[in-house]
Amino acid sequence: MGRTLAEKVWDDHVVRRAEGEPDLLFIDLHLLHEVTSPQAFDGLRQAGRPVRRLDLTIATEDHNTPTLDIDKPIADPVSRAQLETLRKNCAEFGVRLHSLGDVEQGVVHVVGPQLGLTQPGTTVVCGDSHTSTHGAFGALAFGIGTSQVEHVLATQTLPLARPKTMAITIDGELPEGVTAKDLILAIIAKIGTGGGQGYILEYRGSAIEKLSMEARMTICNMSIEAGARAGMIAPDETTFEYLKGRAHAPEGEEWDAAVAYWKTLKTDEDAVFDAEVVIDGPSLAPFVTWGTNPGQGAPLSASVPDPASYEDASERMAAEKALEYMGLTAGQPLRDIKVDTVFVGSCTNGRIEDLRAAAAIVGGRKVADGVRMLVVPGSARVGLQAVSEGLDVVFKEAGAEWRHAGCSMCLGMNPDQLAPGERSASTSNRNFEGRQGKGGRTHLVSPQVAAATAVLGHLASPADLVDSSAARTPAGV
Amino acid sequence: MEAFTTHTGRAVPLRRSNVDTDQIIPAHWLKKVTRDGFEDGLFEAWRKDSSFILNQPERAGATVLVAGPDFGTGSSREHAVWALQNYGFKAVISSRFADIFRGNSLKNGLLTVVLEQKIVDALQELTEKDPQAEITVDLEAREVRAEGITAAFELDENARWRLLNGLDDISITLQNEGDIAEYEAKRPSYKPKTLQV
Ligand code: SF4
Repeated sequence: MGRTLAEKVWDDHVVRRAEGEPDLLFIDLHLLHEVTSPQAFDGLRQAGRPVRRLDLTIATEDHNTPTLDIDKPIADPVSRAQLETLRKNCAEFGVRLHSLGDVEQGVVHVVGPQLGLTQPGTTVVCGDSHTSTHGAFGALAFGIGTSQVEHVLATQTLPLARPKTMAITIDGELPEGVTAKDLILAIIAKIGTGGGQGYILEYRGSAIEKLSMEARMTICNMSIEAGARAGMIAPDETTFEYLKGRAHAPEGEEWDAAVAYWKTLKTDEDAVFDAEVVIDGPSLAPFVTWGTNPGQGAPLSASVPDPASYEDASERMAAEKALEYMGLTAGQPLRDIKVDTVFVGSCTNGRIEDLRAAAAIVGGRKVADGVRMLVVPGSARVGLQAVSEGLDVVFKEAGAEWRHAGCSMCLGMNPDQLAPGERSASTSNRNFEGRQGKGGRTHLVSPQVAAATAVLGHLASPADLVDSSAARTPAGV
Repeated sequence: MEAFTTHTGRAVPLRRSNVDTDQIIPAHWLKKVTRDGFEDGLFEAWRKDSSFILNQPERAGATVLVAGPDFGTGSSREHAVWALQNYGFKAVISSRFADIFRGNSLKNGLLTVVLEQKIVDALQELTEKDPQAEITVDLEAREVRAEGITAAFELDENARWRLLNGLDDISITLQNEGDIAEYEAKRPSYKPKTLQV
């Protein structure tokens, strides 16, 4: 019987298989950041163990880094301590680190692909759940806990039980204005935040094949929000094209050998998935969340749902609680929801294509009165690229704030936070209670919707801007 | 991880049930970046009360915690185990432990022993009356002994073998170092390397 993409990559990494034991899997790439690594290094130190493969390990600073005044000492003592600890640990153990101010610094899931380190058919781990991002290259990539971080540092392997596989097929053309973010939000709304639990997802179909690498990363990034630890997309010419010439991509004969292998990384015709979901591409529309988990979303043209319409009691309760926290009422058109803040950034949508898309919409327009728009590139390099294209100027002229790279308001570990009761349209991946700051309310959106929302002051898509001079006044929230 | 064969020490009887991990180590301690130094956070809220049992001078140096049922519920933080170990505890006895806490404890070499509630009661009475009374936790014989009390306990063979040999997950994997080295030798050379280019 044929095998799925996930099974092929899994099988190629089994170091040891024994009856009644989990497989011992080799890890090709281990990414580190300051939040989940300190105790792992401490454990190594206590046991007197070295890092087994420094040449497969790389660290960057992202979660705690400020996005303003990055040349000044970090004010928050906890953030400072975590960053200083990472620097000390990397120096002591010899791990390559990209610190604040370094051109390769940035959100760990933006840095790996951009360096060409994330490659098809590799296993990638990081002490961060959005490691699933790297699956866009046909890599098997998932987040791990701190004791597993220590395990990988010490052994470059992990004992793991093999998950099941789920195919998510999206065929047909995506309508104009529908982005990868809309697609993944619609998928999560359909299968639920637990729908992918225990599975490795494989996104496939003609709509996926047409997507750029950056768009594919947006999709795989949010696999975890559907409950799956990993999401994958089979590598193809788009993947090879993206990798060619990157700092860590193979060259010459090595490149040819690699591509020959990468081309085998496709689910066989006769392979069987444990579950299958089909989504009709042409039926999709710009999608936004109204609740407090990424599965609580709806097309922008819809209204806030009525909790009473849910048959499932726990879903009904979750919706009631969400509406209360979000300060919304059932039946209210989503387009009428006013925001105070727009955040463009994160490992979901902080890459150059995302910034270009947002800039194209705010260019020549103004951010609405009373709205603060933060644009935070996913990495220092993305920031430089944007500056070389003049995007920073476009954003600033529109009245947005242009910042330095990092996780920023995606989780508000640094000073970029929502105040209690404030509402944002955010291109990040989690709308949990308090995620962007205590009491803050988050609507997850695409960069295009974020930009249009910034201009109009209420949730909106670029299509709403056509007659923006006659923009209707939202009913207020 | 330190091997655990048999341990004898004085005890702290903790007459509370459902002690959750937030009581064992409060959330604000999670900001620390090391695995040690959690001893002062152990039961931090209760230790503000001078009559709390851990504050009694005759309990200093005790190494066995005799706890009420459902010990270690709540958040999965491994710090709860570290805090108990940093404080000096080698074993915790209870009639019921929360699953994740139990898993974390055995992974870290803190022996969690499940005994029937009436035996736990007897151990608590004994050590309340006589703070000098010692409890022996014998993993080889799978037995807990104290004055007038002998009780057998169960522990799955794999966990017992790891504790007796002081093997953590990493040392177990490293026992297969040969397999890892063999795999590494066969890895294609086009695989990415992080070394600065
Ligand atoms: S950008 Fe957000 S989701 Fe991504 S790694 Fe940072 S905090 Fe996590």
